[in-house]
Amino acid sequence: MIINGVSIDETFAEAFPMKATRAIITAQNEKWAMISAQAMTGFATSVIACGCEAGIERILDPSETPDGRPGVSVLIFAMGGKGLAKQLETRAGQCVLTSPTSALFAGIDEGLQIPLGKNLRYFGDGFQIAKKIAGKRYWRVPVMDGEFLTEATTGRVDAVGGGNFLVLAESQPQALEACEAAIVEMKKVPNVIMPFPGGVVRSGSKIGSKYPALGASTNDAFCPTLKGVTKTDLSPEIESVMEIVIDGLTKEDIDKAMRVGIQAVCELGAENGIKRISAGNYGGKLGPFHFHLQEIMA
Amino acid sequence: MSALTFSAKHETAQRVDMSPLVCQLLKDMSLADIAAIELQNGKRKIRVDELFDISGEDSQDIIINNSYAKLDFIGKELASGRMTVQGEAGAYFGMGMKSGELLAGGSVGLYAACEMKNGLLTIKGDAGDFLGAALPGNKQGMKGGTVLVKGNVGQRAGDHMRRGVMLIEGNAGDYCGSRMIAGTIAVMGSTGRFLGYAMQRGTILLWKQPQLSATFNDCGSHTLAFLPILFKSFTSLDSKFAKESATFNRVRRFGGDMAEKGRAEVLVKLQNEEKNAAFSAASFS
Repeated sequence: MIINGVSIDETFAEAFPMKATRAIITAQNEKWAMISAQAMTGFATSVIACGCEAGIERILDPSETPDGRPGVSVLIFAMGGKGLAKQLETRAGQCVLTSPTSALFAGIDEGLQIPLGKNLRYFGDGFQIAKKIAGKRYWRVPVMDGEFLTEATTGRVDAVGGGNFLVLAESQPQALEACEAAIVEMKKVPNVIMPFPGGVVRSGSKIGSKYPALGASTNDAFCPTLKGVTKTDLSPEIESVMEIVIDGLTKEDIDKAMRVGIQAVCELGAENGIKRISAGNYGGKLGPFHFHLQEIMA
Repeated sequence: MSALTFSAKHETAQRVDMSPLVCQLLKDMSLADIAAIELQNGKRKIRVDELFDISGEDSQDIIINNSYAKLDFIGKELASGRMTVQGEAGAYFGMGMKSGELLAGGSVGLYAACEMKNGLLTIKGDAGDFLGAALPGNKQGMKGGTVLVKGNVGQRAGDHMRRGVMLIEGNAGDYCGSRMIAGTIAVMGSTGRFLGYAMQRGTILLWKQPQLSATFNDCGSHTLAFLPILFKSFTSLDSKFAKESATFNRVRRFGGDMAEKGRAEVLVKLQNEEKNAAFSAASFS
């Protein structure tokens, strides 16, 4: 399959089941909601060492938030329910509770309820106040700038993590430009995040390493500087490869994000140095979710 | 199916215990069986068809016509469906109500909504003393649900209240929110003496400045984030509380009762003050 001169590999991205939740952060204005959301989703690029993968889903209009203030919705993904609950709580406590004028709400009502502000309330040292409004429990925690309002729990749902595609280009600036264009379009898709810095990862990994202590190491088959010394997957003209990783609440959400992302890359086309689109997988043995590139772009 | 309607033929000299006539107890009963139910009337029993003309068949939608102030325990422990009272109701209206909707077109007597657990109870007229309170000797009053009173309420509204929301469009008598454990009482009109007497936790939300005891301390003026959410939850009600013009988020906060736990609050709308722009009314549109 070739789109605008870009070859789409006959391969698939392999993804895994994860647990996910959404939180809504509001503040006096969008600036402070965004500051809090950025802090909460910081250092959350990969579950390998961050404990979770998190990102900003989108900016919310005041008419969409529970308290009528500007807000930001964030999605947090983890491999297990316990890990997700722990990450959510520590991040909410250190990054939202602490952020001026913030309030924190559940972004998913269904599913198993996990603590959002349920335990943060103890920061109130006995002065905290519970309010049950329209079936939902809220906590009002007195803080130095006024009151921190938080919903007690949020819903945890089954999700999919690790959808991806690789952009193979003739130069590093061209690969980056294409990925930036893809991220702009993919950010418009609801229910997904691209957890790596700016949505793009340049250090794709393979499973295993020559060093027994390491579970993963650089994906040498896609490293352009190793073309002559390893079993490479790159043709001579490829000088740079970048990857976009997608976590989504459902497989369909990731399908959609991959489609618009690859579409945006292909629009730049061969004339801008984009030669191939590929994807990372482990032979299909590890992850139950397979995203076949040619099916998605068909 | 038309609503199961009980129309009182006459008023009794003695009080009547109406607790057998609730939706869940009449479910699957024939009209003949319903007519044969005996209600306690003073020291004697009275058959339902002796007191009421019965029509309609939907036992999950009950209407009581020509109701008068001696019909006690209407909607007691109502667990489903809807009951509508045309006229006045006696004491213990909606006592221990668990779910569903209960509506009184007129005024009701003592202990309405006492120990209520859930559901929506609306009183278009006035309510007597001890609205949503605990029965004498019991420790916890209303534990959930919403009570809406369009008229005035008597003394001790919300006495020992544990949870839930009590909305009063008119005035409240003395000792409003006394011994309250938690929950929310909102009063648009005036309040009497000893507001929140021995109140432990919970919120009394007022549109007018009350006369407060010395054991309530001024905590200053604040913009509270939970108020827009609270008001938003009222928008489905047929009430002044549902109107956007009734809402506010700037309040003066009084903490008390310092002679008790001191974790309760009286929030008074700040007069002549604009809403803080940070909390837009967009969510009401």
